[in-house]
Amino acid sequence: MEVIILLLTVSICIAGAFLAAFLWSVKNGQMDDTYSPAHRILFDKKNENESDQEP
Amino acid sequence: MKVKPNISLSTCYHCGDNCMNQNISLEEKIFCCEGCKTVYEILNQSGLCDYYSYNEHPGLKQYREIRSGKFDFLDDEQIRSKFITFANGTEQHTHFYLPQIHCSSCLWLLENITTINPHIISSRVNFDNKEIFITYNAQQTSLKQVVLDLTKIGYEPHLSLDEYSHHSAKKIDRTRWYKIGVAGFCFSNIMMLSFPEYLLQSGVLESSLSFYFKTLIVLLSIPALFYSGSEFFVSAYKSLKHRYLNIDAPVALALMITFGRSLYELSTGIGAGYLDSMSGIIFFLLLGRMLQDRTINIINFDRDYKSFFPIAVQKVEGQRLQATVVHELKEGDTIQIHSQEIVPVDSILSKGEAEIDYSFVNGETLPVKINKGEIIYAGGKQLSGLIELIVVKPLSQSYLTNLWNNSTSDKDVEKASWVDQIGKYFTYLVLAIGLTAGAYWYAYGDSMRMWNALTTILIVACPCALLLAENFTYSNVLRILGLNKIYLKSKKTLENINLVDTIVFDKTGTLTHTRENLVSYTGRALQPDERIEIASLLNQSMHTLVSPILHFLKENDLQKVDHFKEEKGQGIEAWVNEKHIKLGSASFVNALNEEDTGTTVYVKIEKEILGKFIVQNEYREGMWEMIDVLHVDYPVALLSGDNDREMDNVKKNFPANAEIRFYQKPEDKCTYIHTQQQSGAQVMMIGDGLNDAGALKASTVGIAITDGNNVFTPSSDVIMDSSNLKYLNQFIGYAKDSRKIILLTFAISVVYNIVGLYFAVQGTLNPLIAAILMPCSSLTIIAVTYFLSIYYGKKQGFTIHSNQLNLQ
Repeated sequence: MEVIILLLTVSICIAGAFLAAFLWSVKNGQMDDTYSPAHRILFDKKNENESDQEP
Repeated sequence: MKVKPNISLSTCYHCGDNCMNQNISLEEKIFCCEGCKTVYEILNQSGLCDYYSYNEHPGLKQYREIRSGKFDFLDDEQIRSKFITFANGTEQHTHFYLPQIHCSSCLWLLENITTINPHIISSRVNFDNKEIFITYNAQQTSLKQVVLDLTKIGYEPHLSLDEYSHHSAKKIDRTRWYKIGVAGFCFSNIMMLSFPEYLLQSGVLESSLSFYFKTLIVLLSIPALFYSGSEFFVSAYKSLKHRYLNIDAPVALALMITFGRSLYELSTGIGAGYLDSMSGIIFFLLLGRMLQDRTINIINFDRDYKSFFPIAVQKVEGQRLQATVVHELKEGDTIQIHSQEIVPVDSILSKGEAEIDYSFVNGETLPVKINKGEIIYAGGKQLSGLIELIVVKPLSQSYLTNLWNNSTSDKDVEKASWVDQIGKYFTYLVLAIGLTAGAYWYAYGDSMRMWNALTTILIVACPCALLLAENFTYSNVLRILGLNKIYLKSKKTLENINLVDTIVFDKTGTLTHTRENLVSYTGRALQPDERIEIASLLNQSMHTLVSPILHFLKENDLQKVDHFKEEKGQGIEAWVNEKHIKLGSASFVNALNEEDTGTTVYVKIEKEILGKFIVQNEYREGMWEMIDVLHVDYPVALLSGDNDREMDNVKKNFPANAEIRFYQKPEDKCTYIHTQQQSGAQVMMIGDGLNDAGALKASTVGIAITDGNNVFTPSSDVIMDSSNLKYLNQFIGYAKDSRKIILLTFAISVVYNIVGLYFAVQGTLNPLIAAILMPCSSLTIIAVTYFLSIYYGKKQGFTIHSNQLNLQ
């Protein structure tokens, strides 16, 4: 049964690592804007040449 | 005749507004005004027309030409440096607040602004805060040019003194995210660690193992309660200090008792404690609060008077003029204020003729004449001509600054809302049940059970359910209303709408709109130079009729105007090109008054009356139907600053018993609302901006109607897009529904509470039951509020999901 103590400690450490990752991401500003990154990725990148040819 | 049927239903390609005629078009695309067309042309030339493919009609209506030279103060090195956050050789960084940002097209266009100005190195948008961060090459382009480029495509940066003073010090508050993260972590781990205690019979678990579990649980609960839950204690303490009971107080009490009781159980080994329920409640409550804050943050109501002051004024230094930042003005400085500029500091008039409009400060529209040596208070607007002033008090000590600080402090005093009220009774009831049960077990002689009953009753019946229901319902309702371009100041506004029993409308600008397309000119044809002269004169005034006529004239090369004079309500006159020009009412130019529909502006150059502009006042679509529906439940009234020319039309369409008043000055409107309130009425006032500001503030719910989303809306509780005014009835209905939703979810949570109480009064509440009841009730409440607010929203005809308006 003592193995449970080890397992629990490890599991809480892993959860703690995720918490730390979350706190870091918040601190890093990743939660400041929840709209732009999600939409930015959907925009088509225009070809450089193509956009030059536009009137 | 009721509403005029809209014959041409074509909409502007840029902004989606109805086009009254199809004259303004380009490449088979129709525009409502020249402004919108210009923006399209710029985007078309730069190959940025994808802007129109991501959203339909993403643009915002372009109202007014930006005064050339408006941003000249950015040429001043000292002022410019304040807007630059970082400079590295040729590269400079800056950021602006752009209130116009509203959809993914905005995001795309603004991040592709490098195509329009290739010397901009990069631009990045923060959508939630409506900010843009720009890096540019300072040798090739300038800050002013960047601002002009943004303005050109319809995104004029909001440059204000306010942002200026904390430009670099702006910080985003992320504490709530941290708190939620910590609470969620603690909640889930405590729950997991509690399983063995719940599932196994006591004694099965080895004691060393059980000790390890319990220690971990206690350790995890400490940050959940004392870090994440700290705001409940702070708020409870504050409310008790102000001698009233808000809903956080019983929550804080329940949290404390739960924690104490659990520590006792864990240390003596009687049970597993309720720490998982406790941290779970903290987690869900914080989640609800964050959702609510996020929906309210969408629109910025906190713009105070400072945002509308000029950033810099001309300071006179000997013979030179020096652009000086307003908050660096010192006592004794001499400054110049031009026509239509706001006086930023208290000062004494030393040169020129001052006619000051204080409507910005007190709602008084009649301008005040100031003599030399008299004081002019900050916030007054100089109406005509150049004046020189000597500063008496620096900005921070000015009259207006003090006035504002005082008035906001008593506005901030929180009044107990009805949720607080219910919470209070609920707490008393729970205390009563707890004490009765405790007394019963005490009389029975079972003191162990007495404590059991007393504490578990308080734990189980904490009014968190009510708080959760309130937060989640309001946040979703405010979000849905926001999608429909109705923005509320706070959840308190929703509650206040339920109290309203009288509705008062303003006429001009609210029920009616003035369109440039409805301007016509009759009389002798105007020569090109005359058109320019008239436009130059018009450009000096801020009157509501100016903008439509200016659009009608479409002149850009404006000329210098001398001896400009404005007679309020009469007209304007000045010398342009050494010609004396008068524009205004018939009596102002001594013309014969003819019967016209709409408002007429006569033109007189030198001694000849050339003709007149006729601006049609058109009622917005759906106004009469809306009033018909509203007056079934509410007395309605109309207060108009106009003359009574429209009397017949209004009388025909308003219910017979409605109060209709013309010739109302802003203070008359304000007084009317005060008298109504004294006789016990709760008034909802619907108006449009400055001249209704006093009335909007005095009323229980003040709704400001805007045509764009960055218009000055002082002291209103709701900002509503003009196109949606016709849905006022649905809006009121929805506000009432939101109250129903809260009561219903509260009733559901009472059912859960009764189950919990059933065990608790017997003193046999098992932590397992608490651990099942708590998340169940929280999740039920969240689900029920979410679906009900969507259901009622749909029922009222509101858009629930997308950005596109699709009302009925």
